Amino acid sequence: MKRQYDMLVIGGGPGGALAAKTAADKGLSVCLVEKRPAIGVPVRCAEGIGKELLTDFIPPDPKWIATEIERAELVAPDDFSMLLEPKMAGSEVGYVLDRKVFDRELVWKAAEAGAETYVKARATAPIMRNGAVAGAVIEQHGKTYEVNAKITIAADGIESKFAKWAGIDTTVPLREIETCAQYLMTGIDIDAQMTSFYLGNEVAPAGYVWIFPKGKGLANVGIGIGGGKSGAGHRAKDYLDRFVARKFPNGKSIELIVGGVSVCKPLSCTVADNMLIVGDAARISDPITGGGIYNALYTGRLAAETAIAALEKGDTRKAALMPYDTTWRSSPMGKALERNYAVKEVFVGLSDEKLNAIVHSISKINLEEFSTLTLITELIKANPSLLLELKHLKAFL
Amino acid sequence: MLNIRRDICGYCGACVSVCPEGALELVDAFLTVDTACINCGICEKVCPLGALEVVKE
Ligand SMILES: Cc1cc2nc3c(=O)[nH]c(=O)nc-3n(C[C@H](O)[C@H](O)[C@H](O)COP(=O)(O)OP(=O)(O)OC[C@H]3O[C@@H](n4cnc5c(N)ncnc54)[C@H](O)[C@@H]3O)c2cc1C
Ligand code: SF4
Ligand code: SF4
Repeated sequence: MKRQYDMLVIGGGPGGALAAKTAADKGLSVCLVEKRPAIGVPVRCAEGIGKELLTDFIPPDPKWIATEIERAELVAPDDFSMLLEPKMAGSEVGYVLDRKVFDRELVWKAAEAGAETYVKARATAPIMRNGAVAGAVIEQHGKTYEVNAKITIAADGIESKFAKWAGIDTTVPLREIETCAQYLMTGIDIDAQMTSFYLGNEVAPAGYVWIFPKGKGLANVGIGIGGGKSGAGHRAKDYLDRFVARKFPNGKSIELIVGGVSVCKPLSCTVADNMLIVGDAARISDPITGGGIYNALYTGRLAAETAIAALEKGDTRKAALMPYDTTWRSSPMGKALERNYAVKEVFVGLSDEKLNAIVHSISKINLEEFSTLTLITELIKANPSLLLELKHLKAFL
Repeated sequence: MLNIRRDICGYCGACVSVCPEGALELVDAFLTVDTACINCGICEKVCPLGALEVVKE
């Protein structure tokens, strides 16, 4: 590890990997540190992503695609199911990934582009100079290194501490975190091309249960519940165990995954002098779906592009990095975050009766485009009363 | 005092993100708590596995 780099990236998830690759591709000296001994392990993800979202960054590769998804179902609290299919039946709309392989591939691409990568290397404090971040103290194998950098990217995920250490409040409010548990299950009777989402206050209060297939009879079966609903005897794992006992009594678990997903508003500002915050660390997972892979990839790349431009001009102060913040906020991703936050606030308050009525209103939708926006629009068409509750959303829809 | 049950913890970091005092830190595969902890119990609630307990002194 050297003493000085153009860019230091904290965290080897999708956000950090894309930032490091983008900067290294442009010839910057880049150091990426990941505190875990293996990239992407243990997994903290249900591994689902929309097809068109991914292809923007990396060509699909069977190495890290577990299954192609062609349809989805939304299951009401009373077990009635609404089928969602693309207009062109039989065309795939999304993938369930193998994040272990996917994340490693992304970091490998960053390394190939010229970035230095260090695992089991943890940032323990920022180096602060005149009130601005100037790198980080890194601990690896019992040694401590002072790594200086012109730009530091905080890509340290849900448990992000780096920006906090530098003075930015990143605390997620308890009621705005989804606390999650998931089994990778085998020997279960599922449609291997369909994802399922189960709603209901009994099944998953302020959240949902998902079944994301990874092959024949194999799937990620998981749950997220609102942090405010979690406590002794009624935690995410308790709800999941109940669901699994009812739905897949003969299934076998071959992996347990736990995690947290923020469904709050993004950080009020995602840049500071010499620092940009990307991915989960910026609190930019989708408030409805909890999806954050695309958001991390997109902001990771954008942060590096902004940093490159700032370095060329020799000014990396906050104002010079602001284009990163304003660009992602006005992007389709930023707009979706704003809209979906407002929709989520309404949906977490709905009773099971109301949820039943909404799902019963349509038994099958052929979606023009597979997105939460088109789904919400269709649901509102079939449930005009929803519009009353969502009226402050008119501007978005 | 916050008791961390390492035999239960799945080192996922959910608790770290909600701690208002920044008292928790995930060091690779184990969780630590420092003296900034005010025993507020937020982390205890959020844990998907129930690995945390605030113990009255
Ligand atoms: C149960 C669950 C299910 C999910 N399902 C989906 C899904 O189906 N689809 C989807 O799109 N998204 C999903 N997500 C969200 C998705 O996993 C995240 O949004 C995504 O991983 C964010 O990428 P990232 O690069 O920002 O952070 P991460 O992937 O979390 O990477 C951050 C990295 O930083 C490292 N790190 C942290 N602190 C330090 C430090 N001090 N020094 C060095 N390294 C450090 C961490 O070890 C970690 O490897 C899910 C999340 C959970 C918890
Ligand atoms: S939330 Fe629970 S399982 Fe996750 S790191 Fe904290 S104590 Fe461990
Ligand atoms: S009890 Fe409160 S202050 Fe202490 S570690 Fe948990 S969340 Fe942080």
